[in-house]
Amino acid sequence: MGHALDIAPYVGWVYPNETIFTWSVLIAVYPYLTGLVAGAFTVSSLYQVFGFHGLKPVAHLALLTSLCFMIFVPTPLLLHLGHPERAFNATLTPHWSSAMAMFGYFASFYVVLLMLETWFAYRPYIVEQAQKRNDLLGKFYQLLTLGSYDVSDRALKYDQKWILWLAITGIPAAHGLHGYVGFMYGSLKSREWWSSDLMPVIFLFSAIISGVSLLVVLYVASCKLRKIEIDAACVKGLAYTIWGFIMLAIVLELLAFANLVYKGREGIDMIMQYVTGPLLIPYFLLQFGIGLFVPFLWLSYMIWRGTAGRVMIFGVTVSAILVLFSVFMMRWNVVIGGQEISKTGKGLLSYQPVLWGKEGLVVAALLCLAPLVALLGLARLFPPWARGTVSSRVAKLIEQEAVRQHGLT
Amino acid sequence: MTEDSCPRPDARPSSTARRRFLQGLGHAAGCVVATAGTLGALRESAAQSGANARAESFPTMDYDWTKHQWAFGVDATKCIGCLRCVEACKAENGVTRDAHHFRTWVERYVYLEGETGARIDSQQDPVNIAASGSEEEFRFANRYQDAKVEKAFFVPKLCNQCTHPACVQVCPVGATYRTKDGVILIDDEYCIGCRYCVQACPYGARLFNEEQGVSDKCNWCYHRITKGMQPACVEVCPVNARVFGDRMDKESPISLFIRNNRVQVLKPETGNAPNVFYVGLDKEVR
Repeated sequence: MGHALDIAPYVGWVYPNETIFTWSVLIAVYPYLTGLVAGAFTVSSLYQVFGFHGLKPVAHLALLTSLCFMIFVPTPLLLHLGHPERAFNATLTPHWSSAMAMFGYFASFYVVLLMLETWFAYRPYIVEQAQKRNDLLGKFYQLLTLGSYDVSDRALKYDQKWILWLAITGIPAAHGLHGYVGFMYGSLKSREWWSSDLMPVIFLFSAIISGVSLLVVLYVASCKLRKIEIDAACVKGLAYTIWGFIMLAIVLELLAFANLVYKGREGIDMIMQYVTGPLLIPYFLLQFGIGLFVPFLWLSYMIWRGTAGRVMIFGVTVSAILVLFSVFMMRWNVVIGGQEISKTGKGLLSYQPVLWGKEGLVVAALLCLAPLVALLGLARLFPPWARGTVSSRVAKLIEQEAVRQHGLT
Repeated sequence: MTEDSCPRPDARPSSTARRRFLQGLGHAAGCVVATAGTLGALRESAAQSGANARAESFPTMDYDWTKHQWAFGVDATKCIGCLRCVEACKAENGVTRDAHHFRTWVERYVYLEGETGARIDSQQDPVNIAASGSEEEFRFANRYQDAKVEKAFFVPKLCNQCTHPACVQVCPVGATYRTKDGVILIDDEYCIGCRYCVQACPYGARLFNEEQGVSDKCNWCYHRITKGMQPACVEVCPVNARVFGDRMDKESPISLFIRNNRVQVLKPETGNAPNVFYVGLDKEVR
């Protein structure tokens, strides 16, 4: 038996086919990566669409992060499929009543949108590099210009319009993609732990806090690596974003749990036995206590006291790491936790993760790290902190125009 | 009842239909590009696929799935828990020979004196596997011989071939589908192995075939019933606890079973509308 390690021990009464876990840790990694995409895109949108100029230092990093993570979103799914070579069937011959069939469309649309927005955002840089370099990389940039070398003020204003509209389109696309992931679980009536109308919204808000937190960590780490000063205002802006959304995330999760307990439908006894037993540490302590309440209280304290400087940056970064951990635990507690409660409502299983193998913990960890490696590479090709990206150029243009119009100096 | 004499037809109806459809498409597409004979060819291919759908012999040459509406009955009061059905099913359908893959199974409910809830187990329980000494043969261990049993009974389970199947709803590629005669089949040449259907089934009736990388489930021995035979589990049951037949035939065993008994279905609140009808269930059975 090649799958001997997948067999889950159980207590109580479970259906005979449940003893082999249907969805492994990879299916917990999938919504985690998708959530980071949506969250990172939120930051980019806050700058591009909602005019949060304080977030400028991370705006392009957010875009690149979103793109890198999005590219890796399908990988856990592909590794999990029994027939990955047939994966495209879901897009070529979709079964319209299936939530899962929509993934190909949502994902491809979003990847194209991200690539387009990144291209417009980096066009001046691409043109500059294409003209400056004579090496192989120069050829690559030449190819990327798509034959358009026009970086006149008029052209850049035109680009900016595209960026704005792509960012606007991206908001429902990114959040729709993640809401849909929540729907995939929430719409199943076979499991009481999943079957909640709030599931898509919970997924969405946890996605936002995880993506913003990721950017805090990436921004602080990149500044340290590049030995440049951290823009405290930017970190503060991100902290406020996390703080605002974390409140919603906590309230929504607690509401969903309260609903489940208060309704007390069949199987609730087993769920209570589960959350107060095997799930006590992963759910209440790790996901809620350490992962959500500690950052929330810490951020609240810093906002209340007006903490600034290095202490504030340290506090926000640690809070962000905790939130990243909490959201991973949330994905785990939903995906793995849901399967640990038997469909009979009368038994509990215990997932036995394997270390090695296609669906092992090592692969899961590598899949979480792979987008960061990709980001490291992409950030060299398209430095998110380079001068000359279109937004800063356009900002300068607008400034100059204002000066001209009002005669200000 | 060997696999050789009765090859599994699961994939065939749809894959043949799809192949024919794709051939028709290819044919049609070629003609569109080519000549003025286009319209004629399109009409011809449309007529062909239409004819197939209307044919009296579908999905096989001598079987018309519009002329049957299969259903299954279980009389739990008769089941003796011998598990011949489970073994016959595995042999007939090539189900993985271990204690974790079942197209059908039998549950044992035992109420001991002084206890309010039932103790439930199935043939896959480690104690029962220890009693049989093998994961290929099944028996219920005599684990309650020293206890005071108040009430005890067996409940055979299998795929409910629901009228509104959650598994079919969630399949991203339509590899699993409901036939016109009321059986849910899986096209194992098209299934991508995502296991969403396994998650969606409220009854735990679906399993995953790791070797083939596709989902699997009971199909009431579709290869047998379309040849006028009974499902393997029904055929081997020594006490007629399992009843199978055509609801279009008012005098068939299943029609009589449903007419003459007050039948129940499992988990009606899911809205799945199962087509396995039970007699002799108990409050604890889900």
